[in-house]
Amino acid sequence: MPTSYADPLIWGVIAAIGLLTYLIRLSFIALFGYVDEIPDGLERVLRYVPPAVLGALVFPAFVTIAPGAGGLEADRLVAGAAAIGVAWWRQSVLATMAAGMGTLWLVRFVVLPAV
Amino acid sequence: MDVSAVRRGIRDVAPLLLGVAPFGLVAGVAAINAGLTLEQALGMSVIVFAGASQLAALELIGRDAPLSVVVATAVVINLRMLMYSASIAPYFRSLRARSRSIAAYLLTDQAYALSVSAYRSEDAIDRLAYYLGAAATLWVVWQVATVAGALLQAGVPDALGLEFAVPLVFLALLVPAMEDGPTVVAGLVGGGIAVLGAGLPLNFGLLVGAAVGIAAGVASETTLPVGASDAH
Repeated sequence: MPTSYADPLIWGVIAAIGLLTYLIRLSFIALFGYVDEIPDGLERVLRYVPPAVLGALVFPAFVTIAPGAGGLEADRLVAGAAAIGVAWWRQSVLATMAAGMGTLWLVRFVVLPAV
Repeated sequence: MDVSAVRRGIRDVAPLLLGVAPFGLVAGVAAINAGLTLEQALGMSVIVFAGASQLAALELIGRDAPLSVVVATAVVINLRMLMYSASIAPYFRSLRARSRSIAAYLLTDQAYALSVSAYRSEDAIDRLAYYLGAAATLWVVWQVATVAGALLQAGVPDALGLEFAVPLVFLALLVPAMEDGPTVVAGLVGGGIAVLGAGLPLNFGLLVGAAVGIAAGVASETTLPVGASDAH
């Protein structure tokens, strides 16, 4: 489904997204350069940014509960569960990737076609 | 700049590249499928340099969605980086303005998660050197993978589900970030709410999930002990 937008419009969209994204990235990094002391309360809250955002990025990729989408997608659910187990057990990116992709392909190409 | 810290950044980011490279391939394929030229595909990866928002924007461009919706969707997806910026900013305060503006351009999920965890465990590390080692490596791999995807295009079968490598990388970063009771609560609540909100427009489910997860983490401090328990 190639777009019917002309080239200059595409470049305009890329530039707009790029500029706004850069301002988001720069925001507090620039601001805190001018502030003397970062409030204790804020630092406490910021500690929860990594787990909360990463959790919100990870789980929807494994579990889909979209109305009308036909419920759970078995291959991603099973592969996600296997990857979570290995990630917890081994704490290794390589092992996590291998378990996740390996299980996804196993379920998608071997198990699902057989049932 | 401490060269050994640069090298450590590169070494720590290396395993993550296994997930970033396929993601870049997918972004390159998606750009061509959406009708972009090779130059535009690479231009987007250089100028935007944020994979999830690029994929969302490309899907909308391919469907000829209103351009304001394309921009708004991409920006909302990238709003999570506001939290990264706030979270990593205290570590960058001693840097010069120019270094900070370069570091901001290179800010990604992976560079953020790796660096903050390294800064926490090691106070004396050359922060800029470590960050650049990880973040600039990610940048190079992202650009090369985008171009490769744009050139290979049809040679990358959809059925392989290469984009599944992306959440796997985030998962590998998530587990060490859950270091005590409240951080586990933040991760699980953030993930659960994001699953429930996945159908919301403009990817708001991600932001709502993250915000509720952070609030849940803070709230759980009253009942759960704070501090690395080293439970695993």
